[in-house]
Amino acid sequence: MSTPTGETTHYPEVEQSERLGAWSGKSVPRKEDKRLLKGQGAFVDDLWMHRQGHVHFVRSPYAHARIVSVDVARCEAQPGVYATLTGEEVGVLQQPFFQMAPEPAGLMKDYCMAVGKARYMGEPVVAVLAESAELARDAAALVEVVYEPLEVVVDGIATIEPQAPLLHEEIGSNVAWHGVFDYGDVDWALENADHVVRIDRLHFHRFSSTPLETTGALVNWDPGTGVVEFRSNNQMPMFAAMFIGPAIGLGIDHMQFSSQDIGGGFGIKITSYTYLTALALLSRKAGRPVKWSESRWEHLAASAHGNERTFLDVEVPVMSDGTILGFKVRAFDDAGAYLRYEPLGAVIWSQVVPGNYRFKHVRVDYTETLTNKCPVGPNRGYSRLQHLWLIERIVDVVAKELGFDRVELRKLNYVQPEEFPYETPNGCIYDSGDYPAMLDLALELIDYEGARKRQLASAGSGKRIGIGIGSTLDSGTNNFGQSRIINSALPFSGNGEAAVVRLDLYGEITVTIGTSPQGQGHETTAAQVTADILGCNPDLVHVVAGYNKAANTYVGFSGTYASQFAVTGLGAVMGAAERLRGEIVKVGACMLGAEESDIELADGFVRLAANHEAAIPFIGIAATVFANVAELPGELADSVTLNCRYVYRPPFTVPDHETKRGKLTLTYASQVHAAVVEIDEETGQVTILDYAAVDECGRKVNPKIVEGQVHGATGHGIGAALYETFEYDADGQLLNSTFADYHAVTSLDVPHIATGEIECPSPFTPNGAKGMGEGGGAPLSTIASAIEDALPQGAHIVYDTHNNSERVYELLRSAAAAGPRGVEVISR
Amino acid sequence: MATEGSAVHAIEVTVNGVPHSVAVPARRLLVHFIRETLGLRGTHIGCDTGNCGACSVICDGQLIKSCMMLAVQADGCEVETIESLGDGPDGLDPIQEAFKEHHGLQCGYCTPGIVLNAKTLLAENPHPSEAEIRRALKGNICRCTGYVNIVASIEAAAAGAGSVTP
Repeated sequence: MSTPTGETTHYPEVEQSERLGAWSGKSVPRKEDKRLLKGQGAFVDDLWMHRQGHVHFVRSPYAHARIVSVDVARCEAQPGVYATLTGEEVGVLQQPFFQMAPEPAGLMKDYCMAVGKARYMGEPVVAVLAESAELARDAAALVEVVYEPLEVVVDGIATIEPQAPLLHEEIGSNVAWHGVFDYGDVDWALENADHVVRIDRLHFHRFSSTPLETTGALVNWDPGTGVVEFRSNNQMPMFAAMFIGPAIGLGIDHMQFSSQDIGGGFGIKITSYTYLTALALLSRKAGRPVKWSESRWEHLAASAHGNERTFLDVEVPVMSDGTILGFKVRAFDDAGAYLRYEPLGAVIWSQVVPGNYRFKHVRVDYTETLTNKCPVGPNRGYSRLQHLWLIERIVDVVAKELGFDRVELRKLNYVQPEEFPYETPNGCIYDSGDYPAMLDLALELIDYEGARKRQLASAGSGKRIGIGIGSTLDSGTNNFGQSRIINSALPFSGNGEAAVVRLDLYGEITVTIGTSPQGQGHETTAAQVTADILGCNPDLVHVVAGYNKAANTYVGFSGTYASQFAVTGLGAVMGAAERLRGEIVKVGACMLGAEESDIELADGFVRLAANHEAAIPFIGIAATVFANVAELPGELADSVTLNCRYVYRPPFTVPDHETKRGKLTLTYASQVHAAVVEIDEETGQVTILDYAAVDECGRKVNPKIVEGQVHGATGHGIGAALYETFEYDADGQLLNSTFADYHAVTSLDVPHIATGEIECPSPFTPNGAKGMGEGGGAPLSTIASAIEDALPQGAHIVYDTHNNSERVYELLRSAAAAGPRGVEVISR
Repeated sequence: MATEGSAVHAIEVTVNGVPHSVAVPARRLLVHFIRETLGLRGTHIGCDTGNCGACSVICDGQLIKSCMMLAVQADGCEVETIESLGDGPDGLDPIQEAFKEHHGLQCGYCTPGIVLNAKTLLAENPHPSEAEIRRALKGNICRCTGYVNIVASIEAAAAGAGSVTP
């Protein structure tokens, strides 16, 4: 691999395992499937405890209201009601959650339920615990809350105006974070470019991947031990622990987290720690286990939404040959009412500052704001997909306005295959890729030439054909040190994951992992790499299902999120399996009277490479170490445990707070999607005729699982682009809080997705894999691109990620109106 | 118990071949009867409004959403849940095998409903086209797969079934 400047400091070289191959890389059927297909999974609502009560939350019907009084007397008088918990009590029992924002937003007092006032529709105000879920709900209706409605702000930009109502008085404004990311010299570029393309406004809408299983938990504060058990579907338990512990005075050693099967997460289940906190307090008060299963409307209104972002005053310097020098923009990200994972999103987008392109000069003036809407949380493609959509909009608009071919313009500006590892303007290192080849493949899969002919042929038919392209990145394995770019005082950096691989008493191979999978097949892929390293069949490897803190297999950020399992999770499993292998070889060599170098592992045996008859099955090794240890020399017996823990650590350093530069993520999976759409001129309805997704994620451990992730991410993107949006009215009322109104995509909405493969192994990971799964939001860019391609000459640019029939209808009509198009070009 | 109201009705319902004679509160939904009263946890709840299909079961041969039906309405009915498929605790029936082979599931939460949907579809139409499969699946939401491999799994199950009605 060559480096463009020769001065770039990359990561240290990684020795990649030579043992992978017999099972890794193959589409081994999933270990998880039998139980899930037979309805034997253990999801959180399937769990129960003796004496458990059921929880129902009374929620604010107002988006912004002072809580004047709460009367629970009639509710508590109902037979079967065990206890209630009010915001007033929470204000005494809980310290405000730790805030990642610097002051003044860091002064925010965030509690697990509304204390004093409610700041979004659906915010929990009172919790009711009763003998059954039905009784809890009935009794909750008897809680009397007097509200004094306050002025509401739902606009993520207007909220910073002085006349806007304040959400959090202690902050003094509705600004959650502000900073300028300035790389290269964009002023120079704008002065020296042949053309400057200006775009007034682009808007990335609010939606959620809405896992089919809602949030839930069974929580028990054990009065005897003081240990609080959280059986939940939280997908990042050790992050949750970091918030819950200080808030209610619990050490990590007094919190037990576990989950087995989780019915989808997509990031939305990271911030459920607020509910877990309320449930813990309620359990302590009632002296019983408490069980809560969120209803769908509660999930849609009051779990977490994806970030909404508006881009203003985009300026793009372009040279006459089509070279795009970069861009500058003002970005306003709407975090909703509280900062539950934010303002991390204010830096996470900068993992992909130039997108897939060689832009050198970028300035983003970034403001995160607070509004009376559901708090945001990470959602598949978190914070990067907003920025990547902006970039793809820029490229398409530049092509159209300056008369470049969209395909050729992309190829000209893409980071070229020979330039990897590629250093971005803010010091991130793109590990590998081949974007031009991916684009060619995507276009081939939709029959690009044929589609262009269909487009011409459709003229005058009442249907308009458009072809769209989206190129995005799925940056994986975070360096948590990037949090210091938003707050230099935060004590986080690096990343890691833990795994334990052991040879059990009777020769069983057991793996525990620190992740909390939600359908990504971790049991299967962990078994594949373990089998390769230990020389056995993956069927012989038992990967313990789900997450359990008691297994002692976790580090500070354990969980399943942010496209990293293939690197961090499997890196840990591989390291632990290698350690176990070393111990097995050592014991085997002693028992066979041979040198370690003469030993090989195969088919579940330790044997002499030169004489396969001289072999000991794994059970022989285990039985000797655990039950016949006097047979071994003492020195050897003392040096093996057959219980090997390993923590994988990516080679990160701490990014620089002042310059906002650093290596923010280890791997860069990439996507190039292409689509052909048809638009009905009468109605504005968009129909996808062909869709192709080409994803590159390094060396694949299980190609079928990878393809499934690509399908899923594509489905979410198509859903958001055409069907799924959270709409609030001016009073902050969520208008679509059931699946009848929030149209989660169905089998009729997602077309067949053609997939294509290109493999560019990562040089920075122990298995050549890259984290993947989030998908970069490529369909959002692709659909916007296709719709714009179908619009008549003179139409307004596509300015929103969400393009339902009504919006497309307006765009179609905008051509005849000959009004502002949302874009202007200044040429020298 | 106040929650269950005063109205309790005796019903007779056969679930997975096992007859049950029980008294159920009038307000109890069939899905809660299946999950809570009978303890069959393979039938899931995803939306409460009849949109997602996670609670799909087969009632007298018809695919229904058990959150949209009261338990008392199942009086005299034969109900089949996911637990009725495949032999014993480990056996998979051919439709389940096809889903496993073609990666037709990820998190598995929608899966029981979708498998029962496929079973009903293939019983009525042993060789459906892709369009017919997609039409049949319309009432079952899956958030993980983008439906691509679900369609492929059902196509494979249909092909494997030959002329034999599953």
